Amino acid sequence: MLQEMIFAGFGGQGVLSMGTLLAYAAMKEGKEVSWMPSYGPEMRGGTANCIVNISDQPISSPIVSEYDVAVVLNQPSLKKFESRVKKDGILIWESTNIKEPPTRTDINVYGLPAIDKATHELKNVKVMNMIVLGALVKINKIVKKESLLIALRETLPERHHHLIPLNKKAIEMGMKLI
Amino acid sequence: MAEIKLMKGNEALAEAAIRAGLQGYFGYPITPQSEVIEYLAVQEPKHDYVLIQAESELAAVNMLYGSSGAGARVMTTTSSPGFTLMQEGISYLACTELPCVLVNVVRGGPGLGTIQASQGDYFQAVKGGGHGDYHIIVLGPNSVQEMVDHIFLAFELADKYCNPVMLLADGAIGQMMEKVTLPEPIPYKPNKPWATTGKTPDRKRNILTSLFIESEEMEKRNLRLQEKFKKITQNEIQYEEYQTDDAEIIVVAFGLCSRISKRAVDIGRESGIKMGLFRPITLWPFPLKQLEEIASRKNVKFFISIEMNAGQMVEDVKLAVCGKKPVHFFGRLGGIVPTPDETFNAIKSKI
Repeated sequence: MLQEMIFAGFGGQGVLSMGTLLAYAAMKEGKEVSWMPSYGPEMRGGTANCIVNISDQPISSPIVSEYDVAVVLNQPSLKKFESRVKKDGILIWESTNIKEPPTRTDINVYGLPAIDKATHELKNVKVMNMIVLGALVKINKIVKKESLLIALRETLPERHHHLIPLNKKAIEMGMKLI
Repeated sequence: MAEIKLMKGNEALAEAAIRAGLQGYFGYPITPQSEVIEYLAVQEPKHDYVLIQAESELAAVNMLYGSSGAGARVMTTTSSPGFTLMQEGISYLACTELPCVLVNVVRGGPGLGTIQASQGDYFQAVKGGGHGDYHIIVLGPNSVQEMVDHIFLAFELADKYCNPVMLLADGAIGQMMEKVTLPEPIPYKPNKPWATTGKTPDRKRNILTSLFIESEEMEKRNLRLQEKFKKITQNEIQYEEYQTDDAEIIVVAFGLCSRISKRAVDIGRESGIKMGLFRPITLWPFPLKQLEEIASRKNVKFFISIEMNAGQMVEDVKLAVCGKKPVHFFGRLGGIVPTPDETFNAIKSKI
């Protein structure tokens, strides 16, 4: 089983940390992982993305051109990556800020009002990415929820540990949205 | 105890250096490898090594020269433009026969270039970017794990041959995260009777220099270096083969391109094309004989070198194949990383 995924959005929306958390959780489950970020000028205020591959076998190429899963949090990313989702693949898009929805019908599309939910129900827009991540693991079951929680504990610096309950709530909210 | 972690290539190589007994690090930050000095600076209080952020790469490489001469286990890391600045010092280090580890996390050039991944510094690394007849041992890691393994190997080879050893990585390997197993730290006990640690009454002065005014002396040093390079070529070549046994097409690639090419080989095999991958791990010494042997096989139709440059390693592949079979090339430039599909199509187009 090999899952090739891309997470894309504006710098600051938490796409890189979403990918990191997922990769870490998968590693904790004994899987092979690679996490390849876009890096450079596009990260300053522009778009950011990372490719996360998870597999039972050693991963050959950390860079791929088509994805099993694309998670897009802004309009430019949807425009760029919608066409690169494999047939029957998964596309998750953030429906509060993306105004022109995806149009493909040969893939599984999930629109999530994650920004809206995070802002109004959790009172913290920053955990929007965790809502999306919760939804993703509910859809493709790539890692267990428990592994994500372990990943949160082990990757967040001590000083942010008081935010773990909120992040957990966001992950669970995302899972319920599906 | 060995530890499994999720780490960036740059951080992993820094941690590996500490575990391999690093005593001195001298460098100047440059994207895409600044995480190395960042990591080492954070860890410095917990360890015994000396870390200096030099005022330039020129200063850093000469600090390396001085501290290696004093017998310390030392390293510098940089990226392309910085590595160019170090060439004078590297030539001096090679002539003086000082062990040290150099890391070039290559970015796109020429010039100030781009900060994205590239393999454009292959020639500079393996053909000697500095002046004079010298070689440095060049390793081409293709994963975060190898960033770790190759650091250990590099320190070992540097001491064994009293020669600079470099890792030729690239921006992507430096920036990406993978699962990595970190070996236990090794206690480093230097055995360097030649080091300039202060003369004691029971021995003569140790002199380390790359200056030999008398031509006869200079030739003597050169011959000694050549003898050493011969020995390294005989003993230290490393390479990896994947699906080459029955292959009709041999893809040659190093570093990140070898990972992409491996996937391209799998795509080829799925569609019934007999492809195989030959990956040089030591870029100098280059596995010339091994490639020559493969070129002699009847079933092999052609070679193709896949690189993130305009065609550099392909020249070494041609040297090895020596006209026995056609040698093609596919590459992307300026910081563009080719995808497996694109690579496969490029290979297929040569059939």
